[in-house]
Amino acid sequence: MIQVENLSKKFANVQAVKDISFKVEKGEIWGFLGPNGAGKTTTMRILTGYLPPNQGQAKINGIDVSTNPKSIKRMVGYLPEVVPVYGELTVREYLRFVAELYSIEKKKINFAIDRVVEKTNLQSVYGRLIKNISRGYRQRLGIAQAIIHEPSVLILDEPTNGLDPAQIIEIREMIRSFKENATVILSSHILAEITQVCDGAVIIKEGRLMATLTREEWGKNLEIATMDMAPDANWNDFKNAFPYIKEVKAEGQVLKLEFRETLNNFNPIIQYLIQKDIKIKEIKAGLEALYMKIVLTEEGRVA
Amino acid sequence: MKGVWTITKKELKSFLYSPIAYTLTAFFLLISGFFFYNILAWANDQTMRAMQSGYGMNQININKMLFQPFFNNMTIILMFLLPLLTMRLFADEKKMHTEELLLTSPVKISAIIIGKYLAALIIYTLILLLTATYAIFIFIYGNPELAPLLTAYFGLFLLGAVFIAIGLFASALSENQVVAAVISFSAIILIWVISWVGESGPGAWKGILTYLSFFSHFQNMVGGVIDTQDIIYYLTFIFLGLYLTRSIFEFRKWR
Repeated sequence: MIQVENLSKKFANVQAVKDISFKVEKGEIWGFLGPNGAGKTTTMRILTGYLPPNQGQAKINGIDVSTNPKSIKRMVGYLPEVVPVYGELTVREYLRFVAELYSIEKKKINFAIDRVVEKTNLQSVYGRLIKNISRGYRQRLGIAQAIIHEPSVLILDEPTNGLDPAQIIEIREMIRSFKENATVILSSHILAEITQVCDGAVIIKEGRLMATLTREEWGKNLEIATMDMAPDANWNDFKNAFPYIKEVKAEGQVLKLEFRETLNNFNPIIQYLIQKDIKIKEIKAGLEALYMKIVLTEEGRVA
Repeated sequence: MKGVWTITKKELKSFLYSPIAYTLTAFFLLISGFFFYNILAWANDQTMRAMQSGYGMNQININKMLFQPFFNNMTIILMFLLPLLTMRLFADEKKMHTEELLLTSPVKISAIIIGKYLAALIIYTLILLLTATYAIFIFIYGNPELAPLLTAYFGLFLLGAVFIAIGLFASALSENQVVAAVISFSAIILIWVISWVGESGPGAWKGILTYLSFFSHFQNMVGGVIDTQDIIYYLTFIFLGLYLTRSIFEFRKWR
């Protein structure tokens, strides 16, 4: 469980984080969203005990991060934005080093290394020097070091950054599987990623909390941009075909749908539209629409 | 302390897997060998002259003529080389972002500092031991006194241990290795020559500044004298170096 209450952090002349509060329940995966420089990394660093907050509290499993950093560090697994690996070591030497840093018992070290190597599919590069392995393997190694001590809270700073689409899907699957044993916070620029993986999202901008949204909330919205839609078309048939549609709004070429319940599968709706020969250009799941609204509104780019 | 040995092992690996340690050792042996050869040639020459003329035979002493100037020269080489050995210790961690791994692990900052310090000290001791080959030659062909030689080596070890502590501190200051090397090199030189200012200064200052300088303390040991005062001086410097390194990490958290 992760609790953040009125957290503030100030550097020399920059207010990096201001009065942020949110809560992530045990076994949930939450996304941390915001433009670059919003304070995501700073908040994550506070949660790991790397930086102390100026004000407010951050609690991991009910324990305050700044009063008991040592026990926090044992409970938390952390993947920083830049994967912290030593190029001159082999994958095996590196994982052994991390296992020793977390004082895993000598006779359990080999077992722990085997476990994370299997989990992150590092078998094929196990004996190679880290400087010679590819970006994708490097990222997986970063995840392997974060989970080697079986943490109950995982903090992942942009875990899929710089990976190709196939690798991104693989890492996402991996993150989903962590849910069984850990509470997870991850930051990302890719909204679709948060939508697919997370149970909720915290949106921050310029160090301030803009919104906390849950899957239930964003699952009730869908935006479909089309190529050729008559704005004044009658959508009543459409609405009647799907009883869970609460409202249909057509704004220009964009169809905005609101549902009565949280939807996990939009396929029937899309199929219906295709049958009606409506040419779909882009589909935005609810979070994307909400995020753009929240982050851009203040600057007046979106009315 | 938990984790010290883990850090030391990792640092030794990093030293040995990179060309730095080998290059430094090779050049250290090359330069010190050159000095040793030259001083030996000079000492030989002096001895021959004394034997031919019959004057000054009572002045001939292999420890004083060979080893004392040799060790004094070694200190100069160390001043240049040890900053190069220590510069990467923390600077590299910052540059490669691996510092986050260490600082978010349960290992204490002081254990990390001591672990890294020990690794550099072990490498330095190994390099120092290699120069003992020169002394072995002299023992084969002559009969120098062993005790002053050991004292001098102990002095050299302590002096290097201080240089490494200063280098470690400098490395924590910057993420640039060259900057770290320049800082530690300048600090070592300044503390070395501070006694020069002392010599021309007023009475009380003279004593203090001479005491602060590495130079006077090292002279005692090269001369074969072990004074607890000198040992305390060196240990204080080492402690201060490590303590200041730790304060940098505390300070940076709040910056």
